[in-house]
Amino acid sequence: MKKVLALMVTLAMVLVFCVGCGGGSTAAWDPEGDTVTIGVFEPASGDNGAGGKQETLGVQYANKVQPTVEINGKEYNVKLEIVDNESDNSKAVTAVQNLISKNVSIVLGSYGSSVSIAAADALAEANMPAVGITCTNPQVTADCEQYFRICFLDPFQGTVLANYAWENGMKKAYCLSKLGDDYSAGLVNYFKEAFTALGGEVVEEQFPDKNTDFTSYVANAKKSGCDVFFSPVSIEAAVNIVDQAQAQDLGMPILAGDTWDSNMVTAAAKGTNVEVIVTTFYQEGGNPDFDNGIKSWMEEDSDALTNNGGNTDLAAVTAMGYDAYFVALEAFKAAGTADPSAVLAALPSLEVNGLVCGDVTFNETGDANKTEAFVKKCNNEKGAWEFLKKQAAK
Amino acid sequence: MNNNITLKKQTKTILSIAAIAAILVLVYLTDDMGGNPMLITVIEKGAVYALVAASMNLLNGFTGLFSLGQAGFMLIGAYSYAIFTIPKNSHAAVYQYFDGGAIQWSIVEILESKMGIFGHYLGMLIPMIFAGLFVALIAYLIGIPVLRLKSDYLAIATLGFAEILRAFFQWNTLGPITNASNVLRKYTVYNNAVFPVIIAGLCIAFIVLLINSTYGRAFRAIRDDEIAAEAMGVNLFKHKELAFVISSFFAGIGGALLAMFQTTINATPFATTMTYEILLMVVIGGIGSITGSVIAAFLFTACSEWWLRGLDSGTWLGITSPLFRAGFRKVVFAVIIMLIVLFAAQGIMGTKEFSWDGFINWFRNLPANLKAWPEKHKAKSEAKKNEKAAVKAAKIKAKEDKKNSEAKRASGEKLFTPLETFDHVVVFDKEGK
Amino acid sequence: MGILQTWLPYILAGIAVGGQYALIAIGYTMVYGILRLINFAHGDVFMWSGLLMIYLITVLPLWLAIIIVIAFAIVLGTTIEKVAYRPLRSAPRMSIMISAIGVSYFLQNIALYVTGGLTKTYPNIGFLQKTVKIGSATTKMVTLITPILTIVLVVLLVLLIKKTKIGMAMRAVSRDFETSSLMGIDINRVITVTFVIGCGLAAIGSVLYFSNYTGINPMSGAMPGLKAFVAAVFGGIGSVPGAVVGAFVIGICENLIKGAGWTTFSDAFTFVLLIIILMVKPTGLFGEKNIDKV
Repeated sequence: MKKVLALMVTLAMVLVFCVGCGGGSTAAWDPEGDTVTIGVFEPASGDNGAGGKQETLGVQYANKVQPTVEINGKEYNVKLEIVDNESDNSKAVTAVQNLISKNVSIVLGSYGSSVSIAAADALAEANMPAVGITCTNPQVTADCEQYFRICFLDPFQGTVLANYAWENGMKKAYCLSKLGDDYSAGLVNYFKEAFTALGGEVVEEQFPDKNTDFTSYVANAKKSGCDVFFSPVSIEAAVNIVDQAQAQDLGMPILAGDTWDSNMVTAAAKGTNVEVIVTTFYQEGGNPDFDNGIKSWMEEDSDALTNNGGNTDLAAVTAMGYDAYFVALEAFKAAGTADPSAVLAALPSLEVNGLVCGDVTFNETGDANKTEAFVKKCNNEKGAWEFLKKQAAK
Repeated sequence: MNNNITLKKQTKTILSIAAIAAILVLVYLTDDMGGNPMLITVIEKGAVYALVAASMNLLNGFTGLFSLGQAGFMLIGAYSYAIFTIPKNSHAAVYQYFDGGAIQWSIVEILESKMGIFGHYLGMLIPMIFAGLFVALIAYLIGIPVLRLKSDYLAIATLGFAEILRAFFQWNTLGPITNASNVLRKYTVYNNAVFPVIIAGLCIAFIVLLINSTYGRAFRAIRDDEIAAEAMGVNLFKHKELAFVISSFFAGIGGALLAMFQTTINATPFATTMTYEILLMVVIGGIGSITGSVIAAFLFTACSEWWLRGLDSGTWLGITSPLFRAGFRKVVFAVIIMLIVLFAAQGIMGTKEFSWDGFINWFRNLPANLKAWPEKHKAKSEAKKNEKAAVKAAKIKAKEDKKNSEAKRASGEKLFTPLETFDHVVVFDKEGK
Repeated sequence: MGILQTWLPYILAGIAVGGQYALIAIGYTMVYGILRLINFAHGDVFMWSGLLMIYLITVLPLWLAIIIVIAFAIVLGTTIEKVAYRPLRSAPRMSIMISAIGVSYFLQNIALYVTGGLTKTYPNIGFLQKTVKIGSATTKMVTLITPILTIVLVVLLVLLIKKTKIGMAMRAVSRDFETSSLMGIDINRVITVTFVIGCGLAAIGSVLYFSNYTGINPMSGAMPGLKAFVAAVFGGIGSVPGAVVGAFVIGICENLIKGAGWTTFSDAFTFVLLIIILMVKPTGLFGEKNIDKV
């Protein structure tokens, strides 16, 4: 009797387990249904929360503009499945697994390269195609056949920035990166390579994470007699750096990468005499239809406005998010289905025109073929970006 | 209630073996057949955290040493494992900023080429054990100064050491080995969820055996009363150091498993927040119960990574609310944790452990307990009511007493006779005198 | 340029941040002195004071906003004590510390939810952020005001502790918790006053700190909180002047280390200092020796 009971209990446990397994078994995409799902893998909290939210906004707006897609003559609703990867590598894997378990057809994102690198293996295992939006580290696509991206890469961006600095008579650069952040470390590294190759000199320093006190770094830059302050770090740090630069009268331009292209940075620089120059993917005004459309959407939708930092100034990552959505739709159309493996097969030969930030084609590693970056400077009076030039790598 | 049954030892062994086998087979099949990826993720991550939580419980719950260095030790474990198992061909890509790094070989590859698939697993086990031993060594060194400190100082010192370790691993000068700020990846990982479950299970079993040994009793003696334990002949420092080293050993193995689970690692996430999360698992499970830690680790992981995710994205259990936006999941989670800390300090298991007898009897008594519950509840609320009434009455009485005594004093009556005071006794020492 | 001129910016920055740590550290040291509890949530009260200021300044004049922020910090601190610490007063020390960690986790997550994880910029308080030039260094006004204000507040606090009745009660409670309650001191009142002072100073500290380092996110309180605690230990926990000295030492050393190019280890240094002081003189610079009682 007792043994029977014990066995029953064990059996019950087994059953619970089976139900757990069976309940969410991964059925492939169902062409008979009426929806396709796109996974959005972006940080909404942590260090890159601000940028991730702005990027997500672009995808959401695109979904509002074009809520359906026609695949093989049938109209499907496009549903977004947004997941927060918390800018944290240890949460990224579970976040992306979450998307895979929700039967998404493609994954978009993320802002910040290290979470993308962390998620790459999980994507590869599930053979799930992913399109990186603004993750610029070369390692994202290098060893992952499933990962594509629509932005330029850090070696390219680093070279562009170094060229710009050199051409404008800057000979010695102070490079500040964040400890434990491979985005800033990588970009500083490529900048250093290109800049020293041109004949420049580099002073390198790092700050620990959670640091908000940049007084000494700004003082160090001044002390070392540099001509330019290069710090391609997160928006969070950027705001504090601009503030300290003003307080201590830095006296040299600050140069940074795509992360600084944010209205929060312009807001911080407004009314100061700090010179901020960034390279980026898109310049507001490049596509007036898009600009006006998304602005009026943000004005109506208070959540969107909050996520954009409280005003309607556009960040380049938002435009990139918008583009990524349409790349995904084109991939569905080209594949003739939304089955992940078929979409993956269709991506390498995909050619998407009419995007906001320029046409997209992929090379053999899955990176977009981009040859130019936009160089923008902050107008300190208006607190807005001004287009300077298009800069190529060579 | 005397209908409790006690199983024979043999029966228990059979049951245990059957249950373990059933779990392993199920985990293996679930992963192999492509079951729900979230379930598998939770099993893997839960197993890793179960091990780490158990190791922390050994220290905090059983030895009474409040250490907050767990994340730092996991960090060393994760790096020690990853560094030695990156395949030769991937070195150039992984250590791209450091010319392929200082180490140009992988234990897994070397052993695999000599012994085939067996060598592959051996090649994973050796660096894992090495990771544990290395962490244990570091912990031994840290323990020498730190373990002489008292409770809260110990907590803050271990926390400090964890932060120092993190900065150290991110140091550019060590880049050729640790890859500095950049992620380590491409190292060998397991291919089925059954691997972390087995490793974590074995380690936890070892911890349980240790706790039930004479050492475990000495640990508990230290926790309950250090001075008494010392008087009884327990060498305080030796036993504290032992608990610290063993706990760190398993934290190191846990770190290695976490590295495998994540497939990439960098030092940033191994911060205080991670230690706090592990600590909260221990608290939820019950400080002083390994079973509790294991259950809590799985629950915590499942809730934070899976079940509560809907709270972040607008719809949860079919309820849609504008309140459900990014971050709400964590708020709910924090509220639950505070409720547990304040109102259910025992956690899920208190200091109880799993046993087949307890398990079966719990089920056997469940109907009776359920039936008895309304009565019990009634009795309880009655008792509470009575208590409240008593307090109220006492308060009213105190007020009256005060009034009476004031009246008495007003009428010049002496309330009590003061004791004789002696000149040489200082009743109240004013500062500076 | 002389040595002093080269290092002046770092020393100035160190003094400023040291003063701000000092205002937080007082809360830690006083609470620890009386309750023997590391109030892990103190740094988050500090962060919340800063966060509230951002929201208040949009609708209220500055002086009123500052008063409300201080009041808010006091209410928050005392509420935490009442809800999360008081019920556990007779529980083992580990439980109350875990409760403190839980409160800290809670406050951070609420802030995460409210701000949506975005960094908020602290309002520009005109006169505090004015740029001033001292010798070779350019800095914000707040750098000069902080140490002066800190020292004034600390002197007032020390006077309060030494001269008033409640100060005497505080000293008595921190000397011997149980006996003082037997002597008729209202322990709960003393503890509440301690939290009021600690949180009020933290709120003032937040105005100064965030005027200097303007970005606030949910984790902004964690690091200054930890450093302030280390300062309190360094100075001898329970001693107010000790905490202040410790805070200035940490602030200045930290900036000098950054100036010397050891930026990777600037945070780690704080903890190295902590461990050294715990090894060499566990009671801190001004601490009193504690004897274990059986």
